[in-house]
Amino acid sequence: MPSASHRPTWDPFRAEAIIADHAQMPGALLPILHALQEEFGHVPEPAVPLLADALNLSRAEVHGVITFYHDFRHDPSGRHVVKLCRAEACQSMKGEHTASHLLRRLGIDWGGTTPDGSVTVEPVYCLGLCATAPAALVDGEPHGRLTPESLAGIVEEARRA
Amino acid sequence: MNTAPISPIRLFIPQDVAALAVGAERVVKAITSHAAADGTPITITRTGSRGLFWLETLVEVETLAGRIAYGPVNPHDVPGLFNAGFLLGGAHPLRLGRMEDHPWLKGQTRLTFARCGIVDPLSLADYEATGGYKGLRHALAIGPAAIVETVTKSGLRGRGGAGFPTGVKWKTVADTKAPQKYIVCNADEGDSGTFADRMIMEGDPFCLIEGMSIAGIAVGATKGYIYSRSEYPHANRTMRAAIAEAYRTGRLGADILGSGVTFDLELRVGAGAYVCGEETALLESLEGKRGQVRAKPPLPAHKGLFGQPTVINNLISLATVPVILAEGAAYYADFGMGRSRGTMPIQIAGNVRHGGLYETAFGVTLGEIVEGIGDGTATGRPVKAVQCGGPLGAYFPPILFDTPYDYEAFAQRDGLIGHGGVVVFDDSVDMAAQARFAMEFCAIESCGKCTPCRIGSTRGREVVEKIMAGREVDANLVLLEDLCATMKFGSLCALGGFTPYPVLSAVRHYPEDFRRRHAAAAE
Repeated sequence: MPSASHRPTWDPFRAEAIIADHAQMPGALLPILHALQEEFGHVPEPAVPLLADALNLSRAEVHGVITFYHDFRHDPSGRHVVKLCRAEACQSMKGEHTASHLLRRLGIDWGGTTPDGSVTVEPVYCLGLCATAPAALVDGEPHGRLTPESLAGIVEEARRA
Repeated sequence: MNTAPISPIRLFIPQDVAALAVGAERVVKAITSHAAADGTPITITRTGSRGLFWLETLVEVETLAGRIAYGPVNPHDVPGLFNAGFLLGGAHPLRLGRMEDHPWLKGQTRLTFARCGIVDPLSLADYEATGGYKGLRHALAIGPAAIVETVTKSGLRGRGGAGFPTGVKWKTVADTKAPQKYIVCNADEGDSGTFADRMIMEGDPFCLIEGMSIAGIAVGATKGYIYSRSEYPHANRTMRAAIAEAYRTGRLGADILGSGVTFDLELRVGAGAYVCGEETALLESLEGKRGQVRAKPPLPAHKGLFGQPTVINNLISLATVPVILAEGAAYYADFGMGRSRGTMPIQIAGNVRHGGLYETAFGVTLGEIVEGIGDGTATGRPVKAVQCGGPLGAYFPPILFDTPYDYEAFAQRDGLIGHGGVVVFDDSVDMAAQARFAMEFCAIESCGKCTPCRIGSTRGREVVEKIMAGREVDANLVLLEDLCATMKFGSLCALGGFTPYPVLSAVRHYPEDFRRRHAAAAE
């Protein structure tokens, strides 16, 4: 899988700086993991021993936290990330039908990235856009009342940009 | 009006994420460029949403006759609106008049959401001009014991779902001696069909800051955390900006409002785990651990965050505290029915024509909510089921539409109002598929600590799938009931404990959906 071109590659010095910025916070691990993912697009494996050292935890504990939370990626995402809601309010407005259209069109499954590395589709359970369902965040921007056609258009537009 | 306005015309357009999701940003651009081309000076104030989402993007114009609204506005409507003189309140098919007179708002009692959609969420001037910090000033004047008593007398109960009396929780923490205490706001609003917390963070964040500050004074806590969701990036941006503004103006920090009282506040963001909405899992997560549920006791009020006494309240409970302190316990308790006092922000969502946030006193019936306020389904088909209280809430059929919206009345019918979400489904829904999803969701989100939830949810999905495939339907339905009883009584928290509600309500009220293959095979 091609790595996401918009993110910097692994840089232990940058990672250590991010960890040091947060290490004094009480309960610092989640804020650090968010910051690492923000920087690298995922939580790179070599960050685990650095985190364990800085926070006086075992590697197993750090690994346990990273794998517990759905948000933290173990591999780089595509250049564009589509977070599609699969929860009940979106189901009631044919969200699953809209989602399966997109996945078929892109030739991927939930959590997958297109072979050209351009789009990753991730499931989310509720964006709080339940009265404008079905809904998605595309590169962090909200879209509501989606249809298979409108969603395909939004994703294509993001891909071209 | 025959005199040209000398100052810019003021417009109000929501920045709420639901408005953005239907194109508010494009509407703002279209209006801005049209006004610039015309040489008409305008200013646009971005607000939260008033919560009438079928009218988004809602554009309001300040005129001598009040704020005149137009909606739903799409970018292609903008030239027509200018031609109709909408900047002076001119007639147009999208003209709604003053929102205060709109029946959907007129029928509401907005206490917690009084400012939402009206004010600039980051303007302290707006906030104080509409009663903001009146509650905190009163709280500082009456002192901790009287604050707790006021909240207790108001009858406020936890708006996260459990409905525990807020004042009792505060009293427990106030009475516990410790070097450090905490106020934690549960803003991990993961229930599908709910968006009340999000709307406050986007539309009236100072209200939450004020409520948490009052809680801090009441129990002697000097530090607060808001635990929000990564799925809410817009809300988090607004909330962070509001916290920074409150620090800048001496409303948070070492000497709030010159009182000598310290209260620090920080926003933390979860990472996509539904179970962290459960209070003890949330505390674990705040401590930087896996979001696994803790066994109770000890209660968080005795041993909460970092082992210290902690008030952990739902965001709506905390955001309701300022109005209770400002207007008095009796004022709030006057609304409602039975042991459910005050108002509830009901969130009407899913397949519904008029979806949005409707704050009203307890007691309105479910039928009024769905058919009256919500005006039926968006697709125009008959309502088949309404899921109340999120993914752990029961499905109600129309035959139970006489159920009053009240903690106890819902519990009597094996349901829960939870955080106030109401998700409407039309007659195309397959309730066996919904039961399967409930089990599947529990399996995805289980923290893994207790066996009934961790294993039961996966076995539950398999059993529902067997039923859907028509395999030994009668025996598997018995097994499903049995499994649900184990989950209900054996799970540590509400995730495993309440997943049986949607499953069993679907089985009970829609038996035909579980016997389709069975019936087809028998023919």
